[in-house]
Amino acid sequence: MEQKNKTTGKVAGIIANLVIIEVDGPVAQNEICFIKHQETDLMAEVIKILGDSAYVQVFESTRGLKIGTEAHFEGHMLEVTLGPGILSRNYDGLQNNLDTMEGVFLKRGDYTDPLNRETLWDFKPLAKEGDTLIAGGWLGEVNENEMPHKIMVPFKFEGSYTLKSIVKEGQYKVDDQIAVLVDSKGNDVSVTMVQKWPVKMAVRAYAEKPRPFKPLETGVRVIDTLNPIAEGGTGFIPGPFGTGKTVLQHAISKQAEADIVVIAACGERANEVVEIFTEFPELDDPRTGRKLMERTTIIANTSNMPVAAREASVYTAMAIGEYYRAMGLRVLLMADSTSRWAQALREMSNRLEELPGQDAFPMDLSAIISNFYSRAGYVYLNNGETGSITFIGTVSPAGGNLKEPVTESTRKAARCFYGLSQARADSKRYPAIDSIDSYSKYLEYPEVQKYYSENVSDTWLEKVIIAKDILLRGKEAHEQINILGDDGVLISFHERFWNSELIDFVILQQDAFDSIDSSTSIERQEYMLAKVLDVTEKEFDFKHFEDVQTFFKNIINLFKQMNYSDFKSDKFKKYEVELEELYSKHLKN
Amino acid sequence: MEKQAFQKVYAKITNITKATVQLKAQGVGYDEIAMVHGRLGQVVKIIGENVTLQVFSGTEGIPTNAEVIFMGHPPRLKVSDQLAGRFFNAYGEPIDGGPEVEGEIRDIGSPSVNPVRRAQPSQLIATGIAGIDLNNSLVTGQKIPFFADPDQPYNQVMANVALRAEADKIILGGMGLSNDDYLFFKNVFDNAGALDRIISFVNTTENPPVERLLVPDMALTAAEYFAVDKNEKVLVLLTDMTLFADALSIVSNRMDQIPSKDSMPGSLYSDLARIYEKAVQFPSGGSITIIAVTTLSGGDITHAIPDNTGYITEGQLFLRRDTDIGKVIVDPFRSLSRLKQLVIGTQTRPDHPQVMNAAIRLYADAANAKTKMENGFDLTDYDERTMVFAKEYSDKLLAIDVNVDTEVMLDISWKLFQDNFTKAEVGIKQEFMDKHWKKE
Ligand SMILES: Nc1ncnc2c1ncn2[C@@H]1O[C@H](COP(=O)(O)OP(=O)(O)O)[C@@H](O)[C@H]1O
Ligand SMILES: [Mg+2]
Repeated sequence: MEQKNKTTGKVAGIIANLVIIEVDGPVAQNEICFIKHQETDLMAEVIKILGDSAYVQVFESTRGLKIGTEAHFEGHMLEVTLGPGILSRNYDGLQNNLDTMEGVFLKRGDYTDPLNRETLWDFKPLAKEGDTLIAGGWLGEVNENEMPHKIMVPFKFEGSYTLKSIVKEGQYKVDDQIAVLVDSKGNDVSVTMVQKWPVKMAVRAYAEKPRPFKPLETGVRVIDTLNPIAEGGTGFIPGPFGTGKTVLQHAISKQAEADIVVIAACGERANEVVEIFTEFPELDDPRTGRKLMERTTIIANTSNMPVAAREASVYTAMAIGEYYRAMGLRVLLMADSTSRWAQALREMSNRLEELPGQDAFPMDLSAIISNFYSRAGYVYLNNGETGSITFIGTVSPAGGNLKEPVTESTRKAARCFYGLSQARADSKRYPAIDSIDSYSKYLEYPEVQKYYSENVSDTWLEKVIIAKDILLRGKEAHEQINILGDDGVLISFHERFWNSELIDFVILQQDAFDSIDSSTSIERQEYMLAKVLDVTEKEFDFKHFEDVQTFFKNIINLFKQMNYSDFKSDKFKKYEVELEELYSKHLKN
Repeated sequence: MEKQAFQKVYAKITNITKATVQLKAQGVGYDEIAMVHGRLGQVVKIIGENVTLQVFSGTEGIPTNAEVIFMGHPPRLKVSDQLAGRFFNAYGEPIDGGPEVEGEIRDIGSPSVNPVRRAQPSQLIATGIAGIDLNNSLVTGQKIPFFADPDQPYNQVMANVALRAEADKIILGGMGLSNDDYLFFKNVFDNAGALDRIISFVNTTENPPVERLLVPDMALTAAEYFAVDKNEKVLVLLTDMTLFADALSIVSNRMDQIPSKDSMPGSLYSDLARIYEKAVQFPSGGSITIIAVTTLSGGDITHAIPDNTGYITEGQLFLRRDTDIGKVIVDPFRSLSRLKQLVIGTQTRPDHPQVMNAAIRLYADAANAKTKMENGFDLTDYDERTMVFAKEYSDKLLAIDVNVDTEVMLDISWKLFQDNFTKAEVGIKQEFMDKHWKKE
């Protein structure tokens, strides 16, 4: 797409942030242009071309814009700038550094550099002269917040290259030349620590993408125990407003076993982003002991920021994720909420007067969503190392109706479904994941099953199935009790129901705001599940259904106290003893 | 608005719809305002020379040869301390007979605050209403609506909250307010001796509906002046946002846009978010808190207006009539304050979060017991006790006429727990039990 003479044009129509530009030369779909409005350049992206008219979506407000204003086309698509210094940054949807912008209010056309060009990085070469390398090949590494940040052959480079020279270990700025490569035609190409990549294209610098086979520990019991997500896997969290999507995503991003966390706050509340800004620099990464913010990058395009940049934000986040994955790191990518991205597509599609699909969403919504989810995954890099992007998106279904287009389309694309239930949220049973409707396709993968039997225990999956069965039978028993009355059913129905309540209260419910209960290691999950199932297997001597309730409430209370105590601490053990005393009294002999 | 010498006057309108006029004009900026036949209009579309203007008060009686004068700027408001104590219409013109406000001219609907320049909302707003302070504590910088059926006393509750909130300024944005309600607000604020802290932008039912679209931006431009320039704690009251959204749909339908759910424009979420997201806490201490009203029809919160609102705001306060006690309560199930965890247990007593959750859980058990009873089943002893608890809880805590301290609310809760339940049934962390459970 490189052009000698830049194409220019003049504004010929304005409908909110959709602008029509009459152009004097070639333009490409998705090409970036700048509209020169008074003193500021407004960035825009081509989304449709009709003859000499380029329809562009402007990433800013078009207030005051006039017909005849000049525009310049850049000859490339929307790109991210990749290099050391992305971690712990707060970007907007177009990767502008929010911290270096001036003033309290966002100013139109205030585009700031994603990287600090002055920072000196400790560079260590990894490749040596004469090595043959292809795109994504590791040239060297710098220390970015204690993370081995690989400097790679730019993803855009095609074919193979020979390393002609590389700088010695030392301190360099991102724009310094660190290597010279020779292409197949014998031309020298200079490489710095910075490269650019068009966000809407998937980075393919890897050898192979196997099916995910390793569970990713999130510390959230209802996920890890019942419906685990795999490293490199995909999942989505649909739920009506207020049911806990954001709290759940934040919990996962704090606790999950990841090297890098990229959070795309896409069209949601600014205060939720502020919460991350405030908390993450203070909180410790449970695995490394360093601050959470050091492994995190935030892409904040909140609901009051320009709509077109909202659409870009998820792609910006994904491209950054792909960059770190190519370094052999485990990336966790979160987008909250993907529905806002879909709505941004809808707003534009309506302005373009395209033929609308269901609920006025664009016809190709499903394809767009699938395409995005397919960029996640576990990969073997060309040098045999592995990296992954685990992606979890939230979905905000209109009216809480899961039959709407965004939920339906996402269901086709994501392998884990964590449906939040209004009824559970209303009764404050958090996290409100409906464990019966939710699923993880990964549990069906033989490679995942094998992983569990080799790494957790060979009875683990069996126990999980038993637990799920108890939940289901408990639900049925509850329905029967509701229809026939407490007295109208056998005591065993009450037992069945309360066994499921036991699992609900002890395993499923988890207080995201308690310092201990909020995150549970897989070891502890295994221990607690065994303990709970132990109770459900016992036979008790209940005379009356009310005995069942009283007994289980006491048991649950003690289990909850255990959940609030440090694992295997004295306090924990004390409740454990009390628990055993309590239920041994009621054992049938 | 005066005509200035260099302004070009157009007098040939080509198309007229109920809400818009179209004419040929040059050099017009997007979003700028114009006087059309003496009425305010705003540019919503420009294709070549064809400019489409939305006329806020409707196009009735506008002839094709009407005079159109472009003003060269978007809608504006003059801001200064003189705004305090004044009443304005949707255009920011005084309606209280007082003089014009002198001050700095600001465009309304200005850009958003850079998220990194915000502070985390952190200051508890006490209202005395337990349905709010105990279960759904409010924080400065928060945005939250009342969800209420049109016959509920939401404006009264909102006025109470406003007066007890200790705000430096209270800005009322009234949209489709009945004249009675307008006078009600004026009276309560006057009686409380608070008039000098109040600024009102009011569109009443007597004014054209589309004018309402300007009200939130006017109110929030004034709010930003006091919060940013003066570091004040500003409380903005927006009532009724459902009527605002209705006006949005009128405009979009008249402009032949493809409607999405419930005939609302596809951009409803962004349109509402632009307003609500003006709520902010600044590190300097200034803040904008937005309390709004979204009226429901028949309690339906899945309708596009409350649904989109709920996805934007930081919770909602759901008003409902409890027929058992004959009072309006803040429904603990459907209500939520998303920012409460920033303050409860830290700025309030440490047992607050657990007491709140336990009480709501027991109240939910009572609701189940009630269903059981209505279906003709026998109640257990526990069921009976939950129902006794629920009635007291509703009357002493959830009812909107409650006005006590949070400490008292917590003490009442503990008393109700001990009157009706065992420790295990309440299921609160041991350390709090040890401290507050007095019964043996
Ligand atoms: N795991 C949890 N533990 C305790 N409270 C929770 C939990 N999840 C959600 N909540 C409560 O629900 C509120 C809404 O959660 P949030 O994640 O913001 O909902 P959503 O993103 O689905 O709209 C939170 O502010 C909090 O009060
Ligand atoms: Mg959310």
